[in-house]
Amino acid sequence: MNAGGNTLLSVSSAHIAYGKVEAVRSVSLDVATGEIVTIIGANGAGKTTLLNAIMGILPLKGGVTFANQDMARLDIEDRVAAGLSLVPEHRELFGSMNVEDNLQLGAFRITKAVAAQSLERVYTLFPRLKERHKQLAGTLSGGEQQMLAMGRALMGAPKLLMLDEPSLGLAPIIVADIFRIIGELRASGVSVLLVEQNAQAALQIADRAYVMELGEFILNGPAKDIAANTRVAASYLGFTHEGASVI
Amino acid sequence: MNTTIMLFLLQDGITNGAIYALLGLALVLVFAVTRVILIPQGEFVTYGALTYATLSSGQVPGTARLALAMGIVAFGLDLFAGRRALHAKLIARALAIDIVLPAAVLALTIWLAGHHSPIGVNIALSLVIVAAIGLFLYRIAFQPIAHASVLVLLIAAVGCHLALQGFGLVFFGAEGQRGPTVSDSAFIVGPLRFTGQSIAVYAITLALIAGLWMFFGFTRMGKALRATAVNRLGARLVGIRTALSGQIAFLLASVIGAVSGILIVPITTLYYDTGFLIGLKGFVAAIIGGLVSYPLTAIAALLVGAVEAFSSFYASNFKEVIVFTLILPVLVLRSLAAPAVEEEKD
Repeated sequence: MNAGGNTLLSVSSAHIAYGKVEAVRSVSLDVATGEIVTIIGANGAGKTTLLNAIMGILPLKGGVTFANQDMARLDIEDRVAAGLSLVPEHRELFGSMNVEDNLQLGAFRITKAVAAQSLERVYTLFPRLKERHKQLAGTLSGGEQQMLAMGRALMGAPKLLMLDEPSLGLAPIIVADIFRIIGELRASGVSVLLVEQNAQAALQIADRAYVMELGEFILNGPAKDIAANTRVAASYLGFTHEGASVI
Repeated sequence: MNTTIMLFLLQDGITNGAIYALLGLALVLVFAVTRVILIPQGEFVTYGALTYATLSSGQVPGTARLALAMGIVAFGLDLFAGRRALHAKLIARALAIDIVLPAAVLALTIWLAGHHSPIGVNIALSLVIVAAIGLFLYRIAFQPIAHASVLVLLIAAVGCHLALQGFGLVFFGAEGQRGPTVSDSAFIVGPLRFTGQSIAVYAITLALIAGLWMFFGFTRMGKALRATAVNRLGARLVGIRTALSGQIAFLLASVIGAVSGILIVPITTLYYDTGFLIGLKGFVAAIIGGLVSYPLTAIAALLVGAVEAFSSFYASNFKEVIVFTLILPVLVLRSLAAPAVEEEKD
């Protein structure tokens, strides 16, 4: 099912509930090493809930295995140490601290020598952050904050980067930049699990895609096939294909 | 009032204000990192002062036993919390910090009892004992309810204050004590007489503030503590354990409290419950600083010290009333100026 590599993250029949309300029902997903996988779906479909539960922020019923380790008993902090990293929807930056401190804290769980290399790599990916390294994170523009959130997550040299709506509220030109960088990440060996409402951009860059509706995956497969699917095209891409396959 | 008296009062106010500044800074630190309003801060002062005084008189302080007892409870909690993923390293670490350390300190105090141990040793022992109590206090009382609301944490803090004050009465009795001075030297500038002790108060306050500033500004752990204060979820997402941040905050607060106590016990007689009032004045300063601003808190603490000194000259019966009244206009102003803050839940 995946692009041939080893399975890095595997979620099996996950249920996530807020009190008595089930937000995600029996969802299974996997991400292979070096792969970009995207989850697309409408607002409120449960995409963010799923990412948060994989990270350990929300309790999840079902199995989560990452890098051959059972994540069920691990706290958020231990999942970070195992190489799982989340860039949350609200970015959760340290607003009153400067860009460089934010980045250095991203490397809290790794040695200082490795952190120095990470910093160089992040500054190469995001030259904008280097220019503003003394500026307070809270005073950055939305796009720069998104770059900082991604840079901070990358500082810990994660195996899998989970991105929650990285394009939300950003100007198109910056969105293009962010997606270009996601592509570069794959080249450097970081796997990506991308949650997006901007389905078109997400499907262009991803290897595989899952479509989520009302807390369930209704469809999954190679991103090209998903993009060619009539129902997806009509609901998420805003146009219809001539003669495309119907589920 | 002539200039001499005014200078006297000012000097007195600044000496006290320096202590309030230390306590206020510790309160701001603990609140920012853990959202706990540290009512037992005053007990750290009393424990530090009276442990030092007891050690200096050649006796074994009850606080050393309390530290060991709390350590044993903390060890049990550590094992329970880690029960699903117990490994040798975790057990060894918990054993070393929770039991071996306080047991060694207790053994040392028993061995030293009756001897005339040097002041430096007594100070170091007092600091270690109170630091351990501070650390274990967080582990036992606050870490299990770290996600509760500010109000619940405040109630727990009041409970800890009452319990620790009760223990203080058991350990040190109702009699007041004084400890030996660090230095007996004194010199005179104009009308003012500076004792070695008051110089020590200024020097150590400044050194601690500088030390804290460097810790928070330049070290990884210091920055991690600030990060926890700024954004708890963000901190967890980069792998900073909020429990560890809380323990370090309490450790720093208890050491600061104990240092303050050791600094003032040669100047004033301290009773088992004196610390509370001293801590409250640090609290007034912290409130004026809005529980967030370190520089504002330090300045406010000097103001509190000065107001206290002058009001004890003009209306000594109303000294405390006047000092605590300082809080009212500040609260009114803040409630008018600040937007309603929604409480963080995590």
